[in-house]
Amino acid sequence: MLYSQDHEWINVKGDVGTVGITDHAQSQLGDIVFCDIEPAGTVLSAGDTAGVVESVKAASDIYSPVSGEILKVNEDPADDPALLNTDPVANWLYTIRLNDPSELDGLMDEEAYDLYCRG
Amino acid sequence: MTTYEKSVPGRRGFISEQSDVPVVSLASIMGEENLRKTPAALPELAETDVVRHYTALAKQNFGVDTGFYPLGSCTMKYNPKINEALAALPGFLGAHPLAPDGMNRGCLRLLAELEEMLCEVCGMEAFTLQPAAGAHGELTGLMCIAAYFEKTGQTGRKVILIPDSAHGTNPASAAQAGFTVRSVPSGSDGLVDPDALRVAAEAAGESLAGLMLTNPNTLGLFERHIVEIAEIIHGAGGLLYYDGANLNAVMGITTPGAMGFDVVHLNLHKTFSTPHGGGGPGAGPVGANKVLAPFLPGKGEDSIGRVRAYYGSFGVLVKAYCYIRTLGGSGLREASETAVLNANWLLKKLRGAYDAPHGEWCMHEFVLSCAKLKAETGVSAMDVAKGLIDKGFHPPTVYFPTIVPESMMIEPTETEAPETLEAFASAMLALYEDAHVNPETLHNAPVTTPVGRLDATAAARNPVIKR
Repeated sequence: MLYSQDHEWINVKGDVGTVGITDHAQSQLGDIVFCDIEPAGTVLSAGDTAGVVESVKAASDIYSPVSGEILKVNEDPADDPALLNTDPVANWLYTIRLNDPSELDGLMDEEAYDLYCRG
Repeated sequence: MTTYEKSVPGRRGFISEQSDVPVVSLASIMGEENLRKTPAALPELAETDVVRHYTALAKQNFGVDTGFYPLGSCTMKYNPKINEALAALPGFLGAHPLAPDGMNRGCLRLLAELEEMLCEVCGMEAFTLQPAAGAHGELTGLMCIAAYFEKTGQTGRKVILIPDSAHGTNPASAAQAGFTVRSVPSGSDGLVDPDALRVAAEAAGESLAGLMLTNPNTLGLFERHIVEIAEIIHGAGGLLYYDGANLNAVMGITTPGAMGFDVVHLNLHKTFSTPHGGGGPGAGPVGANKVLAPFLPGKGEDSIGRVRAYYGSFGVLVKAYCYIRTLGGSGLREASETAVLNANWLLKKLRGAYDAPHGEWCMHEFVLSCAKLKAETGVSAMDVAKGLIDKGFHPPTVYFPTIVPESMMIEPTETEAPETLEAFASAMLALYEDAHVNPETLHNAPVTTPVGRLDATAAARNPVIKR
């Protein structure tokens, strides 16, 4: 699993990545009350807004860690945003077909991300 | 209890005498089909009930007239009562915007003088007083920018850069005006990093429309690279938008015009002492330099057109006019200087206990972080804010700006006495002690209010907005 500076995780198998928000992100946001992801078929560049999550504290864009086309959106967090607080890894947000696997080189591994979060 | 729940059938404030005018049935005038079949469900109360009902509600209220209200970025300064008295003069109160030509000269003169004074405070060429509030002003200013690019054949300029410390209204207004928003990360010092801005401007290239900036920014820091920032944006063909939310720090000291901004919106209910929210409508005048002045509402042939009926929130404009005339130029400067002094005094009192991640000096407001406190004690910024309510203070802004974890944004304004600031600092330090000794009391705060800790999460997840 790889991590972005914007606190998304991505798990890649072949040319398909599964994207979600990190545990650090959900703990910083607090109780999440809303989640909305762009529909399947949306084409994104790395860093584009793939959707938004809102907590009682803040609204926060989800930035796609990689470029590609959204294949599937997980509807569960939209129906019950609290799932993102209880398990942000099991409750992934969307899958994406990667255009450029070399973009993964710019992401962090778990150790680097831990250090990044501790700032 | 609502007035409906207190209603008693048949109860009245007044019972009129039998009318000596012959009764004509409504149905014969309006047609039976247009009449409601059941009476309107209005509460039935005596005058005593009504007066006590609203007096009881008013006593539960908290405002700048009842106590200290350090809500960061909102500039909750005291609203002088002379403004209210003058705005209530019969000549203003009874004025009608459609009165025949020549009958509203005094009102028009006041508006023209207010425009001139705001131009001087902001270093701008012209002002429109139409926008109804801050976000409306943002939209108006951005529409002027869009109109300028249309007029000059640069319709491809669609990207607005906004620092990640900005107010949420900035990206919302830009999107509403048809622009695409790109966020610019702040440097570790909390300021816009000119190098990062240069990269963002180059990346946007010919599509760059401009930058929206609040100066001082929401961390209470003056963007000291502003001259370089303006050169970068102008050099790349963009325009600079000044969010006037924090003008209270710099009146009479510098101007958005001197900093290089092309267009600015003000919040008269912040900087110019008119009431917030329930005290009356807002007002968000927009000023522009020579480049953008022709596009302002009601200002010449390139005008984007009207953004509000008549002359804006006229009564509010009268109050702002009174405020400026009461203080004068040197008084406005003194207001800003005192606002900055008060904020620095409080920061110095609090930074020994609470973390102040952006240094020991600030402008008119500052941001503390409760991240360390939360890690040590489990007490969050929200808990401290709720604890302040029990100490008799309105909480500061919390969890904004979002780039500081567990943030508390404190803006004392210039209208508070040293004793008030001292009392607030003591309360904050006492809460810090409580957090270490007895955190449970803070998790349960407030306990002195009509309702305790509200479940904001449940309200947001399952909103019940109609009964």
